[in-house]
Amino acid sequence: MTAAPPPGFPNYADKPWLDPKARPFVEVDRVVKKFGNFLAVNEVSLKIYRQELFCLLGGSGCGKTTLLRMLAGFETPTSGRILIDGHDVTATPPYDRPVNMMFQSYALFPHMSVAQNVGYGLKHEAMTRDERADRVREMLALVKLEGFAGRKPHQLSGGQRQRVALARSLAKNPKLLLLDEPLGALDKKLREQTQFELMNIQAKVGVTFVVVTHDQEEAMALSTRIAVMDRGSVMQIGTPTDVYEFPNCRFTADFVGSINLFDGVVTSLEGGVVTVAVEGLERAIVVDQPVSVTVGTPVAVAVRPEKVVIGRDPPADPGHNAAEGQVLDLGYFGDRSLYRVRLPSGRIVLVSHQNVRRGRDEDRKVDWDDRVWLSWSPAAALVLVE
Amino acid sequence: MSAAAEPLAAPARPQPLSRRLADGAAASWKAVLLAVPYLWLLVFFLAPFLIVLKISFAFAEIARPPYTLLWAWTDDGALSVRLYFQNFARLVDDTLYLYGYLNALKIAALSTLLCLIVGYPIAYGIARSPPTTRNILLLLIILPFWTSFLLRIYAWMGILNKQGLINNVLIFVGVIDEPIEMMNTDFAVYLGIVYSYLPFMVLPLYVTLEKMDASLWEAAMDLGSRRWRVFVDVTLPLSVPGILAGGLLVFIPATGEYVIPALLGNPASPMIGRVLFDEFYLNRDWPVASAVAVVLLVLLVVPILMFQHYQMRQAEAGR
Repeated sequence: MTAAPPPGFPNYADKPWLDPKARPFVEVDRVVKKFGNFLAVNEVSLKIYRQELFCLLGGSGCGKTTLLRMLAGFETPTSGRILIDGHDVTATPPYDRPVNMMFQSYALFPHMSVAQNVGYGLKHEAMTRDERADRVREMLALVKLEGFAGRKPHQLSGGQRQRVALARSLAKNPKLLLLDEPLGALDKKLREQTQFELMNIQAKVGVTFVVVTHDQEEAMALSTRIAVMDRGSVMQIGTPTDVYEFPNCRFTADFVGSINLFDGVVTSLEGGVVTVAVEGLERAIVVDQPVSVTVGTPVAVAVRPEKVVIGRDPPADPGHNAAEGQVLDLGYFGDRSLYRVRLPSGRIVLVSHQNVRRGRDEDRKVDWDDRVWLSWSPAAALVLVE
Repeated sequence: MSAAAEPLAAPARPQPLSRRLADGAAASWKAVLLAVPYLWLLVFFLAPFLIVLKISFAFAEIARPPYTLLWAWTDDGALSVRLYFQNFARLVDDTLYLYGYLNALKIAALSTLLCLIVGYPIAYGIARSPPTTRNILLLLIILPFWTSFLLRIYAWMGILNKQGLINNVLIFVGVIDEPIEMMNTDFAVYLGIVYSYLPFMVLPLYVTLEKMDASLWEAAMDLGSRRWRVFVDVTLPLSVPGILAGGLLVFIPATGEYVIPALLGNPASPMIGRVLFDEFYLNRDWPVASAVAVVLLVLLVVPILMFQHYQMRQAEAGR
C-alpha cells in the first residue's frame, strides 16, 4: 500500500488521471484510422493509467472496436501513435506486443482442450513443461474451472467458455488486457454475476483492462473511467458518475441512460443560477449550476427521469421547477415505474418513480390519464452548452 | 393427492383436418425425396455391381455373352450352381495384376499428395481474397470443366510431345539441345492427373477454409504466434475435414483412372484401369475383368469407410 499523502496534499492513489505528474500507461496520441474513404477513428487521444478498468462505450460503428484492434495490433493507425508503458508500439505486430485480447466470439480453438487453449500462449515463453502446467492450473483456478482442463470448448456452456477465454488471455500475464464486449454473449443474470467476477479478477491480477462495450450499464458498473465515442470521436472521458451526472454534450447525455432535454435560451444569470426560457413551457427552468454563458445563448437543459418528482399536487417548495401534464403511458418494472407525461405543449417528459412501498395496482397514486404535477430541484438539472 | 381428485384432463383438441393432411403430405414428400437417391443408387450402382460380381465367378468362353452361366437346371431336375474362383486366384498368381493395383495405388496416392500441395495454397488464397475477386477465382477453378476432359488430355499430348510446346520453347531459348522425352512417362501421368483432379481438391478445401473464423487466426497471433505457427497450430488442423474430403475425391477416381495413363502414360507400367480395359476389350475375358473390378472396388471401400468413421466421430464431437 502507498503511504497516505501528508495533510493538505490531494490523494491521487485511486484517481491517477487527476494527478498532473502521473505517467500514463497507455497513450493513444491523435490516432486516425481510415478504411478507404470511411473515417473510422478520428483524432482520438486517450491516456489510460496503470490498473485502470477503462471502457470504450458507444453504439455500433462508433470506432470503439477499431480503436481496440489498433491497441491489439490487428490494425495499423493511418496516423498518430500508440504508446504502451512508454514504448511506441504503433507498428509492432500483435505477436510482439505485451497485450492480450479476449475476443467477443471468445475465439477458442475448437480442436484443443481447455488446458491446451489456456496454455497456448505459453508455448512461446521460456518455460519448462511443469511451469507451464502450473500456470495453466493457476489460471483455471482463477476463473474457477479447475475440473474442466480436459474438456473441449464445445462441451462447455457459454459462461464457461467466456471464462476459458479470460484465462487464456491472462495466462501470459499481459501488461494490458483488451476485452471486446466481454459479457455480450451472456444472458442477463449471468452477465451481472460475471461483471463482478471480472472486477474481482482484475483487482487480483492487477492488469490494466480496456473494455469495449455498447452496453452503458455494463460500462457504468465495471469501469474506473469511460470514454464515450460517437462516429469515430471521443465525446467525453470521465468516471461513470461524471458521465452520467455531468454529461458534457447532448450525445453523451442521451446515450448514457435516458434523459429529458429542453431546448431554450438563457434569460438570466445570477449567483451561479441560470434561468432558461423554454418554448412551450409556462415557467422558465432554473438550474443551480455555475456555467460560463451569456444571456441569450441557446442551451439545452437536461434532466434525468429519476430526478423528476411526479405527484397530484404542485410542489410545496416554490423554488422548484414545475410543470403540469397528463400521464400518457405507464411502464411498471417492479422496482420502479416509468411514466411518460405529456405537457400542454405536446412535449413528452420521462419520469422514473422508485416504488419504495409495496402496493397493489389500485393503490397507485398516479395512473393512466391522470393530471399530474412534475417538479425537480434546480440542482437536479444540468445546462448543456452546444 | 389421489388421482381421482384431479380434474379430468381436457381431451386433446384434434388438429384441424387441413393441418393433418398437410402434415401427411409433407411426410410423404420427404419420403419421396429420400427415396430418389436410394433408388438411383440401387438401379445404377448396386444392380450393375451385382451383375459384375456374378460375372466374376463365371468362366470365359467364346459365346454370347462371353462367359458361362452361373446356374443351370441339369437333366435330372437339379439346380447346379457353378462358381469359378480361379479368376480371383489369377489376380494373385499373375504379377501383372498385383503390379497394376500397386502401381495405381502409388500413382493415385502421390497425385493426391501433389494435388494437396498445389491445391492448398490456391484454396487458401481464394478463401482469403475479397468476396468479389473470390467469385472470379472460383469460376476460374471450375472453368476447365467447360471443355471436354478428353480434349484437354489430348491438348497435353500436344504440349508434352517431342515437337510439342515445352520442348520447342526450351530448345528455342537454348536450355536444351535435344527434346526431352515426356510423353509416355509416369511424369506425364502425374501431370495429367494433378491437372485434371485439382478442382476436386481445391473446392472442398476452399469450403473449410472459407468458413473458418478469422478471429481464431487473430487469437493465435495475439497469443504470440507468427503466421507460420498460426498455420501449423490452427489453420491446418482445422482444415483436416477439407483435406480428407478433397483427398478422397482425387484418390478414388485417380486409382481407377484409364484415359490419362492410356493417352499419356508408359504402356510398360500400366495402372489397374488399363489392365481392366485390356481384359475386357483385348482379351475378351469378362470374368477376369470383373474380378479385377470387384477387387478394386473392395480396395477403395476401405478409405471411404475410414472417412465415414472420421465424420461420425466429428459429428459426435458436436462439430
